[in-house]
Amino acid sequence: MDVVISGLLLGGAYALVAMGLNLQYGVARIMNLANGEILILGGLAAFWAFVSFGLSPLLTLVIVAPLAFIGSWAMYKLLLRPLVRRAKTRGQLEVDSILATFGISFFLVGVMVSLRAEYFTYSFLATPVHLLGTTVAANRLVAALIAAAIGGALYLWLNRSRPGMAVRAVAVSPEAAGLVGINVDRVSAFAFALGGAVTALGGCLISTFVTLDASSGVLFTMKALIIVIMGGVGDIRGAIIAALILGLVETAVASIIDPGLTLVAAYAIFLAVLLFRPQGLFGQGNA
Amino acid sequence: MIPGETILEVRGLTKRFGGLIAVNDLSFDVREHEVMGVIGPNGSGKSTTINLISGALRATSGSVSLEGHDLTAVRPHETARLGISRTFQLVRILPALSVLENAVAGAVFGHKRRWGRKADVFATDLLERVGLADKVAVPVSALTYIDQKRLELARALAGEPEVLLLDEWLAGLNPSELQVGIDLISSLRAEGRTVILVEHVMDAIRSLCDRCVVMNSGKKIAEGTPAEVLSDPHVIEAYLGDA
Amino acid sequence: MPDILRGGAILLAVLAVAALPLLADGYWLSIAVTIMMYTALSTSWALFSGPTHYIALSTGAFYGIGGYLVATGMSDFGTSFWTMMAIAPFVAALLAGAIGIATLRLSGVYFVIFTLGLAEMIRNLVSWVQNNFLGSKGLYVLTELEERHIYWMLLAVTLAVFLFGWRLGRSRMGFALRILGNDEEVARHVGIDTARTKVLLFMTTGFFAALVGAIVAPRYYYIEPNVVFSPELSFLVVIMALLGGTRRLYGPLLGVIPFTLLWEVVSASFPSATTMVLGLAFLLIVYLIPDGVTGLIGKLRKRSVP
Repeated sequence: MDVVISGLLLGGAYALVAMGLNLQYGVARIMNLANGEILILGGLAAFWAFVSFGLSPLLTLVIVAPLAFIGSWAMYKLLLRPLVRRAKTRGQLEVDSILATFGISFFLVGVMVSLRAEYFTYSFLATPVHLLGTTVAANRLVAALIAAAIGGALYLWLNRSRPGMAVRAVAVSPEAAGLVGINVDRVSAFAFALGGAVTALGGCLISTFVTLDASSGVLFTMKALIIVIMGGVGDIRGAIIAALILGLVETAVASIIDPGLTLVAAYAIFLAVLLFRPQGLFGQGNA
Repeated sequence: MIPGETILEVRGLTKRFGGLIAVNDLSFDVREHEVMGVIGPNGSGKSTTINLISGALRATSGSVSLEGHDLTAVRPHETARLGISRTFQLVRILPALSVLENAVAGAVFGHKRRWGRKADVFATDLLERVGLADKVAVPVSALTYIDQKRLELARALAGEPEVLLLDEWLAGLNPSELQVGIDLISSLRAEGRTVILVEHVMDAIRSLCDRCVVMNSGKKIAEGTPAEVLSDPHVIEAYLGDA
Repeated sequence: MPDILRGGAILLAVLAVAALPLLADGYWLSIAVTIMMYTALSTSWALFSGPTHYIALSTGAFYGIGGYLVATGMSDFGTSFWTMMAIAPFVAALLAGAIGIATLRLSGVYFVIFTLGLAEMIRNLVSWVQNNFLGSKGLYVLTELEERHIYWMLLAVTLAVFLFGWRLGRSRMGFALRILGNDEEVARHVGIDTARTKVLLFMTTGFFAALVGAIVAPRYYYIEPNVVFSPELSFLVVIMALLGGTRRLYGPLLGVIPFTLLWEVVSASFPSATTMVLGLAFLLIVYLIPDGVTGLIGKLRKRSVP
């Protein structure tokens, strides 16, 4: 039961991060390999605000979201959009955006290392809470609840609002969306920025119960990518379920076999997905 | 040339995409030295049929066989080696290769294989054959649309296929190019090649095809000589609207 | 006649490069070993990733397998260095084959992601096996080999990679690779088994990386999985190859030499800036010299001819 609860709570935070990446890859069609660094930046902001000003990470969320939105928007407009324009083929864009976002990722790690080379350790809501016959740290529970709230709001917005519909339309087919009068450029930039903001929020939340450091972003990028692929690109429901599965399996492997094997577990899942369901858990595309 | 034995057999071919049935229980035969047209309104399943025969898509049920080899579960490169070559609806030239290399690409890995000088000589002959003799040294980016189509045709012919699939090869040509294109395919027919021609251009169908299959909503609605099928009331109805 | 002249020139150049340890030792020889190592790694990387556009980040994993197998073979199983050096490349090639079969039929993004964490994942797995089953005594690679011997072995590997690349460029398989790099669907329809071609070539990349890792192992004396399974190495190889350009066989070499020297300076004098330099190098390549130094030279030459 311990494993199930803490696995689900961890999965909740992963789901939020994967949602951010999904917006970027599914809508703007840029595989953002600097996604994990945006997460860590969110975590660094939460840490810094808490240590320097005693600001609760829950308040930092409100500041981080717009900053990450603007930062991601600028990153798309200044660095990635030119690549989209220049690419002659989709394959070319894929390679260019992979290399460029790697560059951005390393650059951000470099910047963060110079800001803070040690672990971002701080203690927030580290009190035990009893839940369904087991004890969890309050920070994990709070983080998962807020992640669920943000994720739920995003889901409703995407499915119930007009701009949300435009975003989904671009995700399905940029060409067709353009034909019905949607400004594909603007929607893509917006989705990319929104994805960045959501990821940074995930970083704030995760930093309350996982000790991060400047270079741990790449692990989160990996996990988010595995979740997005497992859930099916652009499929939010699939991503949530995939995130919960990953959270559960990682927690189970860490507590039953060895904490050093969580990445191995993630890879085992990834491999199974690639071999048996490369179109995602609920995808029905033709192989 | 007089049509020979049946070379390609399509039986009960069906392809579903989720709930949509793109090709529904399609059957026809193609005989050696015959030009077979596959026609029909937009979205009637013609291109899907070509993709099923060439192995780009896998059939949900039914079968395709070439000279007794079952092609149904065969991957595209094996289909090509067994003797089916194709061109693409939107012309696909290999941009970083030279004109000659583009044609050689078809000769090296296809049905009848050549390599080295033999492949170069054979490909050069084919380039001449399709009317690109003076374009061998031109960069591919400088080719006109019809020349790109010609180059793609040379590539498809270079493996000496048993059956050539032309997917709307004439589409997008201007009126003067169109006549050149029709003449070129007609000369292939005169050589006795077996061709499956998916086409929209009615003039081309009348003058090029020995027989036609007409498709509508994934089903075969008529089969016969162009004159027969084009006067068939079902066919006329299909083209004029699904009233 | 010009062929003979060219052959002679290449032979002389190889002899000159081979004679280097007689002239230099200590610091410069160690730099030369590093350059030789990255030349072999980047060139074999480019043979696969250049034409196919699949960005492989697996070099560190295969290199690590080479180094680790030598270390565990010598320390845990009492095998000789030479035996392990002969086995390691085949193990890596088999692993590359399995990874290739699982990932290379899908889009390039999946492949990049899979290889991205591969070195780290294998390191975790290997550490776990080492701690739980083989005992955690240290892994020592003690040989009689000196720096110059390692240099000569790496030179031999580099020459083998070049020879392989040169033969490949003239073979059907090389031609098949160029076609599938241009348009995979066309490649399939002209009769190329694209999956097999990609997997085979990826296996050779894994083979050479593990061979290099095995040969270099004696340089470390004491091997820790953390050191040999280095994700950083994978990125360095990608940067060097792309910086030089992947369209020519000698392209990566032109990236390896300057970048190794730069890297030496940065990691010696500004160790905290290494990550930043990696990032800037990637951005420089993507935005300013997408075809590498060789592409740039080609462009300038074209411009200078009226």
